[in-house]
Amino acid sequence: MSQWVIKGIRTGIKTTAYPTQAETGAGVSPGLPMAGDFPAGEIAALMARCPTGVFSARDGRIIVDHRLCVHCYRCVRGVTRPVGWQQTYEWGTVRDGQHEFGQPFHRSIHVIVVDAGDCGACLNEVKQLNNPYYNMHRLGFFITPSPRHADVLLVVGPVTDHMRFALEKVYDAMPTPKRVIAVGACAVSGGVFAESFVCSKGVAAVLPVDVEVPGHPPPPLAILHGLLVAVGRKPPSPPVSASSGMEISAAR
Amino acid sequence: MNRTELKAEVEQRWPGQAQCRFDSASAMCEVTCARAALAELCARLFLEWNFSFAGLIVEEHPEQWQLRYCFYGEREAGWVHVLIKAPLAERTFPSIVKFVHAADWHEREAEDLFGLKFEGHPQLGDFILHDDAWQESVEPMRRQFDPHAAMVHRKPDADWRPRRVVQEPGAFVMPIGPKYSGVTESVHFLLETVGEDVIRSTPRLFYKWRGIEKLAEGKTVDEVLLLAERFAATTAFAHGLAFCQAVETICGATIPARAGTLRVFLAELERLRQHAGAIQEICESTALVVANSQAGILEEDLLRISGELTGHRYLFGMLAPGGLLSDQPSDACRKALAQSQQVLKQLNTLERALRVSSSFLDRLEEVGFVALKNANAYGLLGPVARASGLVRDLRRAQPYSGYENFDFEVPSEQEGDGYARLRVLFAEARQSVRIMEQAATALQNGSVREPLRLGAGAALGWVEAPRGGAFHWVRLDESGRVTRYRIVPPSYANWHGFHLAVEKFAFQDFPIMLSTFDLSVAENDR
Repeated sequence: MSQWVIKGIRTGIKTTAYPTQAETGAGVSPGLPMAGDFPAGEIAALMARCPTGVFSARDGRIIVDHRLCVHCYRCVRGVTRPVGWQQTYEWGTVRDGQHEFGQPFHRSIHVIVVDAGDCGACLNEVKQLNNPYYNMHRLGFFITPSPRHADVLLVVGPVTDHMRFALEKVYDAMPTPKRVIAVGACAVSGGVFAESFVCSKGVAAVLPVDVEVPGHPPPPLAILHGLLVAVGRKPPSPPVSASSGMEISAAR
Repeated sequence: MNRTELKAEVEQRWPGQAQCRFDSASAMCEVTCARAALAELCARLFLEWNFSFAGLIVEEHPEQWQLRYCFYGEREAGWVHVLIKAPLAERTFPSIVKFVHAADWHEREAEDLFGLKFEGHPQLGDFILHDDAWQESVEPMRRQFDPHAAMVHRKPDADWRPRRVVQEPGAFVMPIGPKYSGVTESVHFLLETVGEDVIRSTPRLFYKWRGIEKLAEGKTVDEVLLLAERFAATTAFAHGLAFCQAVETICGATIPARAGTLRVFLAELERLRQHAGAIQEICESTALVVANSQAGILEEDLLRISGELTGHRYLFGMLAPGGLLSDQPSDACRKALAQSQQVLKQLNTLERALRVSSSFLDRLEEVGFVALKNANAYGLLGPVARASGLVRDLRRAQPYSGYENFDFEVPSEQEGDGYARLRVLFAEARQSVRIMEQAATALQNGSVREPLRLGAGAALGWVEAPRGGAFHWVRLDESGRVTRYRIVPPSYANWHGFHLAVEKFAFQDFPIMLSTFDLSVAENDR
């Protein structure tokens, strides 16, 4: 069995420097469309191309509601005038109300993950947090199978009818104080499944949500950011509301 | 058996009861048959003539039911669709389960969602719509069902109890899920036992049922493509590809050569990534920590390679009916290939190390055994079937997207245990890189998308997804909107056969058998 010890040591350190420093590796994030100036004559066509209504117009600029983006790339691929694209990943935003845990929770948080109808991608990205590249343990985040031990409920998926009861039971079984993180466009808004007669329009229709992480799926770094936001160790992205949308400058 | 022989055989055996019609565009022989001949005809196809069962597609037309049983064989045997038609008032059909066990869940699903009855089926009821939460009379796939009307949801009935089979003294049911363990998909297992061993395992699925097939009705092709990519996103490209191929067959379109080759390249990149993920799960289930980390590194490497090449780690937004939504520079593909070859080198190192780790092998060898005859009867698919010696790969049997021009092997094993499934995964990963190498050198110049002229029609699209054969049936109306969309994912067949592996094994082997089957709940639940 010594081969495994040697193999492990030879591999060296793979772990990202985030959150101390920015992660610059290629392919760590699918990115998001960017708000900004857009030719006035083409805004209507851009809005029509987007299947989930991410874009809106204000004073000749486009406004982007990132919560709704499902990464279909219809706004950048196969078009003559693509929108701007940002390769960011700090996407965790805060819903109304108090969200910080306070000092006692800063170093050790137990997270319970509930799949409420997810397509497998969000869940796979949550799973990546345990691999050496992200290693969430170093930041004091631990996955627990029991709601009795959990501080944070991390939900993926739009909440299907069959899962609603189980999700409520998990939430009720958690001790207070507790926080809910909705991970992925489906959990945030229902995504492409919002219209389905057996799906809710996201977790907020069932439980009080504290932190939202958009993306379809959000990359592991975005989920990590969401967790750091929930415990008050990172500032959230600018707040969003479905009516006005989120604006992020190109410099961010 | 080729088509002429098939036609002669069918018409001689069931004179006046079955008519054959060839459709050269979709390589399909449509056999319209009378009710009385259905079960026997399907039995011959499945049991004697070596056809595989792809799925049952129920369609409700304005005046009649049309039940389509799809079978496929090797190369020249092509596709056989057995059709029976009946007026809408008729709700009872003969069951073929007695001969084609692979159709078991298909008939249960049709009973649950369309309200059809299948005479002779041993167990109908509680399936997709859970009995403890749904009224019996709801038939959501019927035309008259309005998915936009407000639904009244019943609160789950706390007194509901599942059917128990084991009746020995001291027998009890161990319920697991739908929320269990760390980061897992939602599924409920009812494990019946008298102590140490699992005697019977009944997975209760469809907690994640999102009604994709109903949701797709009335939408445009472009909108449904979003659903096809997103209902099971770990194999998004494969499912999107099957859907696009169905639409292209309806329109009679040929896609540009460059798009076909790029599709192959990306499909194999996805297979490589998914297999690395499956290997990681197997290492994790055996609690071999370093191997788990090593495989996790390789999976993330492949996710990043996919992300760097296409912009998305799960290859979303690449496909379009008629080709690809965007081109990839050949240089970028060659770079991704070189990176994938590096990953493969490390995967090979990992395999060599695993093969001499006795504590690891002890947990996999002779565990979760599936015999060839059972794999055949259940119509298992993909690496799981090939590990039991059932060698059928759609890339070979019914090539699409130009796979007939690629040189590759279809790895298989005979043992049918967990270790055989692991070896098949490693061997297939090697073949995937081999195909990617050929695709990267064969990349033609030219456009990647041809405009489509959408029209009325229906067709089946199929791909060999990482977990096995995936079948997408699409019907379009004159305006190009989808009127029927039916997905038969590989995990549907493999979940059906999963109990074969679990039964008569001890509880502690359960997570290992689950991981070696590489099942996706999202795919199954749709």
